[in-house]
Amino acid sequence: MSDIDELKTHLLTAIEASAALDALEAVRVEALGKQGRVTQLLKTMGAMSPEERQANGPAIHGLREAVTNAIAARKAVLEQIALDAQLAGEALDMTLPVDVPAAGTVHPVAQVMDELAEIFADLGFAVATGPEIEDDWHNFGALNIPETHPARAMQDTFYIAKPEGAADDAAPMVLRTHTSPVQIRTMVEVARRHAGAGSAGGAPIRIIAPGRVYRSDWDATHTPMFHQVEGLVIDKGITLAHLKWTLETFLRAFFERDDVVLRLRPSYFPFTEPSAEVDVGFSVEKGKRVIGGDEGWMEVLGSGMVHPRVIAACGLDPDEWQGFAFGCGIDRLAMLKYGIDDLRPVFEADVRWLKHYGFAALDVPTLSGGVGTAA
Amino acid sequence: MKFTLSWLKDHLDTDASLDAILDALTRVGLEVEGVENPAAKLDGFTVARVLTAERHPQADKLQVLSVDAGDGPLQVVCGAPNARAGLVGVFGRPGAAVPANGMVLKVAAIRGVESNGMMCSTRELELGEDHDGIIELPDDAPVGSAFAAYAGLDDPVIDVAITPNRQDCMGVRGIARDLAAAGLGTLKPLTVPEVPGSGAGPDVRIEDAAGCPAFYAQGVSGLTNGAAPEWMAKRLRAIGQKPISALVDITNYLTADLGRPLHVYDKAKLSGGLVARAARAGETIEALNGKTYTLAAGMTVIADDVAVHDIGGIMGGAHSGVSEATTEVVIECAFFDPDTIARTGQTLQLTSDARQRFERGVDPAFLDDGLAIATFLVLEYCGGTATGVTRAGAAPLGTRSYAYDPARAATLGGLAIAPERQRAILESLGFTVGDDWQVTPPTWRRDIDGPADLVEEVIRIEGLDKVPSVPLPRDAGVARPTATPEQKLERRIRRAAAARGLDEAVTWSFVPEKHAALFGGGAWRVANPISEELKVMRPSLLIGVLAAAERNLRQGAEGVRLFELGRRYLDEGGAPRERVTLGLVLAGDRRPRGWREGKAAPFDAYDAKAEALALLAAAGAPVDNLQVMGEAGAAFHPGRSGTLRLGPKTVLAAFGAVHPAVLKAFDLSGPVAAVELYLDAIPAKRGAGGFMRPAYTPPALQPVRRDFAFLVPADVNAEALTRAVKGADKAAIVRARVFDVFTGAGVPEGHASVAIETVLQPGEKSFTDADLKAIADRVIAAAAKLGAQLRG
Repeated sequence: MSDIDELKTHLLTAIEASAALDALEAVRVEALGKQGRVTQLLKTMGAMSPEERQANGPAIHGLREAVTNAIAARKAVLEQIALDAQLAGEALDMTLPVDVPAAGTVHPVAQVMDELAEIFADLGFAVATGPEIEDDWHNFGALNIPETHPARAMQDTFYIAKPEGAADDAAPMVLRTHTSPVQIRTMVEVARRHAGAGSAGGAPIRIIAPGRVYRSDWDATHTPMFHQVEGLVIDKGITLAHLKWTLETFLRAFFERDDVVLRLRPSYFPFTEPSAEVDVGFSVEKGKRVIGGDEGWMEVLGSGMVHPRVIAACGLDPDEWQGFAFGCGIDRLAMLKYGIDDLRPVFEADVRWLKHYGFAALDVPTLSGGVGTAA
Repeated sequence: MKFTLSWLKDHLDTDASLDAILDALTRVGLEVEGVENPAAKLDGFTVARVLTAERHPQADKLQVLSVDAGDGPLQVVCGAPNARAGLVGVFGRPGAAVPANGMVLKVAAIRGVESNGMMCSTRELELGEDHDGIIELPDDAPVGSAFAAYAGLDDPVIDVAITPNRQDCMGVRGIARDLAAAGLGTLKPLTVPEVPGSGAGPDVRIEDAAGCPAFYAQGVSGLTNGAAPEWMAKRLRAIGQKPISALVDITNYLTADLGRPLHVYDKAKLSGGLVARAARAGETIEALNGKTYTLAAGMTVIADDVAVHDIGGIMGGAHSGVSEATTEVVIECAFFDPDTIARTGQTLQLTSDARQRFERGVDPAFLDDGLAIATFLVLEYCGGTATGVTRAGAAPLGTRSYAYDPARAATLGGLAIAPERQRAILESLGFTVGDDWQVTPPTWRRDIDGPADLVEEVIRIEGLDKVPSVPLPRDAGVARPTATPEQKLERRIRRAAAARGLDEAVTWSFVPEKHAALFGGGAWRVANPISEELKVMRPSLLIGVLAAAERNLRQGAEGVRLFELGRRYLDEGGAPRERVTLGLVLAGDRRPRGWREGKAAPFDAYDAKAEALALLAAAGAPVDNLQVMGEAGAAFHPGRSGTLRLGPKTVLAAFGAVHPAVLKAFDLSGPVAAVELYLDAIPAKRGAGGFMRPAYTPPALQPVRRDFAFLVPADVNAEALTRAVKGADKAAIVRARVFDVFTGAGVPEGHASVAIETVLQPGEKSFTDADLKAIADRVIAAAAKLGAQLRG
């Protein structure tokens, strides 16, 4: 075995045996430093004859390359070990809790209003609004409910106190008892626009009018403020049969069930003729009443063909235009659809309740996704 | 409106089952609200005879009876003093539930003697108040038969909701007529008796012909006002009325039976004749309900020479009411103007069975017959002799007729019905249908007001459930968008708020006066509030959410982030103006205490500002152009609040820390931050209607950051300084932001050290050192104009 081989074995063994970077550095200096043994060997080559150089050169260069590579490899290993050791010391308890900001919620009543808007938009209905502090004419008079009409006793009306300085005979303002005044405002506006345009007056109307309404009533199933949605279609040739289809179609889309069945019962509202109460069939699933099927009936809507006097009061010709209207409690719809058993907390703003029954901001009702949000 | 099945069958000849009748009632619009058979609760009670009665060996007041309830002797212990051999009474078997207390009878030992049931008192069976002894039935009562059947109590009581238009169905006969029309049998003819009357009728006349167009009366003398006949008393009891005396019960019975209210005066209590006249303001009357009413001009009353005896058509007076001592009466059958009755009733807040019928309009053609039937019943059950009839005035028949096109059933009602079928339906309801389809409603159908009503009549009798479902015509293609910009804004801002971690509340529109006062007071108050807490229409959206925040904190919530989107009710020139507004509160802990952040931190005014800006940005408001100004309102901390304005006048939002006095009023402790955001002030997005956006390419060159630290006088605010810095080179400086504010050691009194970071964006060419120095000089000069000095 030559001296070179011996030196190579010695150095490679020492490199492999280095346990730390400083020990490895010492080996590097021993081998490749200015006075290093490999460096010395390389220097001897300058004094060699070409023949000697050809004979010994490859071995010496081979030695340098092997040692250099071994040092680099060993260095990488030692650095990895050092990094591993450092990271091992940096370990934290990844089970500690983090602060995830709580998501906010959309109120069920608002969510259902968006659902209604989406469904009815597909049927060509716009959303109309009107004031909640309403005058007597829009809330009662134009709706064929004169002052002495017994129907006024049906609705416990909140009256607005007359402002100071108001004339004694000024018409009383009320908190609207239903969303029906929006029907009136819409028809009056349409009639006015058409009168201005010089045409016969009265364009097709399709609106829903969701909003707050007020009645002086407070018990387990009534609150003095609640939400209603009004629907109105005025056109030519509209009949009760269209009303029935519209309500069926709406309720099937809303509850996303094809087995929703309706039962129309004759009833009375001063502003519709004929009038019908609409019962919706329910079935009992897991002890709860669920819309769909016909194990029983619950009253959900009031509806009818708009009374000719109402159409005329708005300035439209009742011989030319006719249509239907319906009204429905939004809070009730929300309760029925989403399994809210008790009405009272709906307006109490208890955050625990809101987090439970509310909806995520991204639960935007869409027709393609289904307007409802799964539990 | 309640009635019994047997009562209905007085008017309706039918074989229909109870279920078929109930179904038909609801189907024609007389919604069944309940049905109850009194016999059901008497199940297990039978007619029984006491065979023997002997003293109880262990108790003086008890007897041991042997009772035959149809199946042999049973031993029964009884404490009733009237229990004796031979008595026929009512026996409750083990297993039967006593109606009065729900106790289920069982075989039990009473003082050591076995008892196999109970002999019952009237009160125990809820048939009366008598509890002095057990019921005694006639000797010939059939032992062993069900007591309910024997007593005629096996008669279901049906309760139907009568809609306000159907006065005619506020009498059993009207209901029978509807059922007959619906095919449930035939309406029996109404028998109107011949009443033998002689001599002049009572002295009655009319002064107020508008309020009381017709006043018919008949007198009866020499009568005895005892108890009403049992059949009548039983029916009245069944529908929840207490029998009083024959005269009273007859009027109550006819009100329920024929929808014809009547009044009976004790003639001995009257001074002179009766006149239907207008009330004089301030006149008083003690009514039959024991309350005294002060009348107003315009009401119609029946009075004699001395006093008012009847609030016309609503309630009689106590003074001339009949009693056991009554021997001579005047029976009144009048027609009162419905509107007058309604107004009087509303004013006096007095309701009665009579008012309900008169204000809906009783049959104006049924005065003579109604009076004859009443007088007949009085003569029949009280005896006496009748006078002739006085007829003052005449009831307005209101006869009108309508040209009806039977095709309307299909073109309005959506249901094609053969014309002859329609004719039959209308005629069965009492309408007269001419060959030319001129239709005259019967006198009792005041509600019929045109062809649409006739469509309703034929459809409801034919069956509303037969109306088919026909699709509403729709435009071809995809539905067009319908939402207005305002509606889209509301939806967007609501979901933006929820996405930021805020919970949406819905609270009352009306608030306590004291809370409204903190927000400048409410312009509109409810005249008849349900409570003081729900009285004033809210002038601010913060009231409901502040109250809710307090409740939530009290219930243990740590951090509350609530918002509500709704209306404020303001006054604009004396008229209501409802402004869509978002109210938002941040209360409790902004962040819970934690192992990373340490102690919990409360919310502050800057949190409110952040929410306001975020929501305004979501709403599409130009947030970079907004100015922060003061005047957030008295509800906010005066030094820690502000408004966000577009230009000096348009306030988009108010934000800040809530004023400590307001917190106190809401029982809130600790800082609370709030925002009120005025949706209707947010300008509509520019370019609305188009989808094209302006062209944009990100700058190619890297931006440069430069920081400046200034010594700033305290009266120069951060926004002013930032604006000045940014304005120093509008082309180059794309952003300027305060990143540090320091006061204290090293900073002169009345000053702050404010550090601003600027971002300079080169355009086509990179900045040279000379460029950067020039920009920096301009920034320093601009700041110096505000009195800010660059710190060395």
